[in-house]
Amino acid sequence: MTSPTKLSCRNVWKLYGANAQTFIDTHRAPDDAAIKKAGLIGAVRDANLDIKEGEIFVIMGLSGSGKSTLVRCLSRLIEATAGEVLFDGTDLLRASDAQMIEFRRHKMGMVFQHFALLPHLTVLQNVIFPLTVQAIPRQQALERGREVIELVGLNGRENNYPRELSGGQQQRVGIARSLVAEPDIWFLDEPFSALDPLIRREMQDEFMRLQARLHKTIVFITHDFEEAVRLADRIAIMKDGKIIQIATPEELVLAPATDYVSEFTRHIPRSKVLTVSALMTKGDDCNGPAIKATARISEVAKQIISTDGALSVVDDKGQVVGSIDRAAVASVLFGDGGMS
Amino acid sequence: MSSAIGKISPVVWFLVALTLVLGVYGDDIAGALNVGWIMEYPSALVIPFKTSITAAMKWLVEDAHVGPVSFTDITRAIAWLIEQPYNLAISLLATGFQQGQGSSAVTVVPAISWITVIAAVVALGHYCRDWWLAMLTGACFLYLAVLGQWDSAMVTLASVMIAVPIGAGGGLLVGIWAYRHPTGERFLSPVLDLMQTIPIFAYLVPILFMFGFGPVSALVATIIYATPPMIRITTLAIKAVDPEIVDFGRMAGSTKRQLMWRVLVPSARSSIMVGVNQVIMLTLNMVIIASMIGAGGLGFDVLAALRRLDIGAGFEAGIAIVVLAIAVDRLSQAFAVRVGQYSATETVQGNWLARHKRTAVVLAILLVTYALGRFLPALHEYPEAQTLTTGEFWDDLVRYLNVNYFDAFEGIKIFFLTWLMLPIKKFLLGVPWPWAIAMLVLLGWRTGGVRLAILCGVLSSLIVVAGLWDKAMITVYLCGASVIVATVIGVPLGVMAALNKRAGHVISALIDTLQTLPSFVYLIPVVMLFRVGDFTAMVAIVLYALAPAVRYAAHGVRSVDGELIEAGRVSGCTNWQLLRMIRLPMALPEILLGINQTIMLALSMLVITALVGTRDLGQEVYIALTKADTGRGLVAGLAIAFIAIIADRLISASARGARIRFGLEAKT
Repeated sequence: MTSPTKLSCRNVWKLYGANAQTFIDTHRAPDDAAIKKAGLIGAVRDANLDIKEGEIFVIMGLSGSGKSTLVRCLSRLIEATAGEVLFDGTDLLRASDAQMIEFRRHKMGMVFQHFALLPHLTVLQNVIFPLTVQAIPRQQALERGREVIELVGLNGRENNYPRELSGGQQQRVGIARSLVAEPDIWFLDEPFSALDPLIRREMQDEFMRLQARLHKTIVFITHDFEEAVRLADRIAIMKDGKIIQIATPEELVLAPATDYVSEFTRHIPRSKVLTVSALMTKGDDCNGPAIKATARISEVAKQIISTDGALSVVDDKGQVVGSIDRAAVASVLFGDGGMS
Repeated sequence: MSSAIGKISPVVWFLVALTLVLGVYGDDIAGALNVGWIMEYPSALVIPFKTSITAAMKWLVEDAHVGPVSFTDITRAIAWLIEQPYNLAISLLATGFQQGQGSSAVTVVPAISWITVIAAVVALGHYCRDWWLAMLTGACFLYLAVLGQWDSAMVTLASVMIAVPIGAGGGLLVGIWAYRHPTGERFLSPVLDLMQTIPIFAYLVPILFMFGFGPVSALVATIIYATPPMIRITTLAIKAVDPEIVDFGRMAGSTKRQLMWRVLVPSARSSIMVGVNQVIMLTLNMVIIASMIGAGGLGFDVLAALRRLDIGAGFEAGIAIVVLAIAVDRLSQAFAVRVGQYSATETVQGNWLARHKRTAVVLAILLVTYALGRFLPALHEYPEAQTLTTGEFWDDLVRYLNVNYFDAFEGIKIFFLTWLMLPIKKFLLGVPWPWAIAMLVLLGWRTGGVRLAILCGVLSSLIVVAGLWDKAMITVYLCGASVIVATVIGVPLGVMAALNKRAGHVISALIDTLQTLPSFVYLIPVVMLFRVGDFTAMVAIVLYALAPAVRYAAHGVRSVDGELIEAGRVSGCTNWQLLRMIRLPMALPEILLGINQTIMLALSMLVITALVGTRDLGQEVYIALTKADTGRGLVAGLAIAFIAIIADRLISASARGARIRFGLEAKT
């Protein structure tokens, strides 16, 4: 995790209510009681995030936790009441309208929960819409549009209208459209929540396949903890407008910051979150067949269980860093926690 | 229903009873106590609003100017701007392009032939939907030709073609402006309320002053009348665009203008087209009234016939308006649907001719009729000898009905007059005005709080101070009686339409037709059967104002939550109990809104019924129009608007109260 920070927010607040601005100017860091007393609603309270280049950063929270508000503050669709949003070092909250338009045209892409496709345009026209507002020559835009449609696997549907497509296909259009301008940062606001569970699964796989090719910096919003664990490099958990914990899925499971977080992690199969490195016995004195330290237990469980004795664990460079055996895996698969 | 309305307290009963007693014995009590002023507001204290308004109007037209530009220059400029396209449309459709003045005028290029126009509407019908619509619109226009209404109909169509783009385009722009400026919208909303509730007649007079007698005045009045709903619908439609789509538009990096014209307006376009359809219907509605200040065409024919009491001719021209309205309405509705849906099939490749087959055919017909028209005049103008007339048939029919069923009609009329209308009239005129105002204030306070109470008090006091109380009461009586009848007929019809599918189809077809008819048309048959008078006015108003009562009741009953009905069924309700205990109470807020709309329509019809000799504010406005008395017309018009506003606010507040009680709306 040595990549540079792409987007970060510092002490971002979003308060709703009369005179929210003057309130925040006089109380630099108000507590819940003060906010309530002033008759305001704190949709986002003192959010601090650092999103690194190329990572999938998931913001997880139940409805009303402020996750959608936060992501809209990051893209400045909603004006934050206070704080800074730094994008490659520039404070977006202080950018002029014209600068903001430039940022959005070239640096940002966004996918929406209910797809937000324009009903009067065809798939192709929808996809190239961000290019048409930039007045890019039509031939060039069409060419680029066909490329991204191909990328999301919608060839042959270019001239259909959104209402003629299934939900999954519509969201593919939404994804293609958000990628057409080759953004640096990619916001996805609950992109798969409106889809059926089977389709959702398929789209998650598709999303991972795309990311493996594109390596975008991603801010992904969801209310589904399983989805978060499945996709995230790191997860921020929000409750009542506050960020409670920012950690990798594994850290969340191993060391939940509050009861609220552990409540989420309780029902997640450990084997799908924990990596080999969390369970191995340290030391380099083993010489069985090697498995990777970064692999999830569920991926290698079969291999470990079918092997008598310990397997050696190697890091990214192929160096042996420890060993793991059947007993450790069994305690994760069948026990209640599996931490030794 | 008592559970829905809540327990009625004894105080309310007492007040209602007291009001009734005052209504019946008010005159006697006032006489006995020697306080005549509570019955009749002293004329010495009447504030002469009308003279001041007339004076102000005179100043505006004669003296007002900014720098060297006088007010009349501005109105003339507006008139000129409207006149140019209008002249073009009239020349194209009706008169042809002429050179020279008066009788020495020579037609250079004749108007588009009737065959071409019919071909064009058929093509348009086919483009908008299918051959059925094409046949319907074609038949409508053919009817106009065969019945000899062609020339007048084309004059009317020309003014529709001018008024609709200006009204719809202007409405769109103002609506967008209101969307962008919420403060502006707050200011605009009451203005729109007034524009929609002041009877059109009231502003015909000032328009007449400013623009003179002629088609331009008529167009201006039509545009003022037809634009407000477009403004409203535009703002609402844009507000209703999914917020995610707005977010997307901004994230794509749209500028403000791109966001509006490429994202918001296209996303809202099917709703916006409903507004355009409204503009078209209101424009056609205005046709007859506009003819009073100089619009020619079908409206003028109806008005002239009505003045001569030439039932046959009036009916024929009236039906021609209806036929035109139906054709234009169906076309624009189909167009709205077409714009709302997007099909993938319409990507025909090829040259211009292949992509525009329909246009090409119409153009070909146009050229052929021009070329051959020189030798065969029938191609240009429908031959007069071939026209049919049904005028005599209608005259005969009315004569027959009147000779044979006179007693029956008279019986109905007398029954309603004695048992419904006269008691209401006597009661309303009997209630002393201070008491009536007090009751209105109380009602306002109970339903909508202090602000509504103040509104009711101020508006009703203004009517008194203007010296129009008695006329206002007659207005309330005529309108009230009509609304009662319309509700008694309309709500059960609506409930029936909601509960029975087949009845629903029949009733909605009936209501659709009633709503397509221009308001004047109702007068003609009713006058034929019942002659002039209050009863005739009431029947015409009921016919005109019935539609919303039916529609809203049907909608209210239909949209009762299905689970509630099931819960009722499971508890063992009979169908009748379901209706009485679940459906009707839950539909009450909608029914109230329907009655509210009925009242609004009834009030707007009042002025038109002035033609059949009523004695209310509508008559006052009509007289002012014939005497070109600006002040008198505006004051009476405003009084009608005040009544409408009071009724509207009281009913909306109680409908809202009901919705809050049912948990359908949050209390703020």
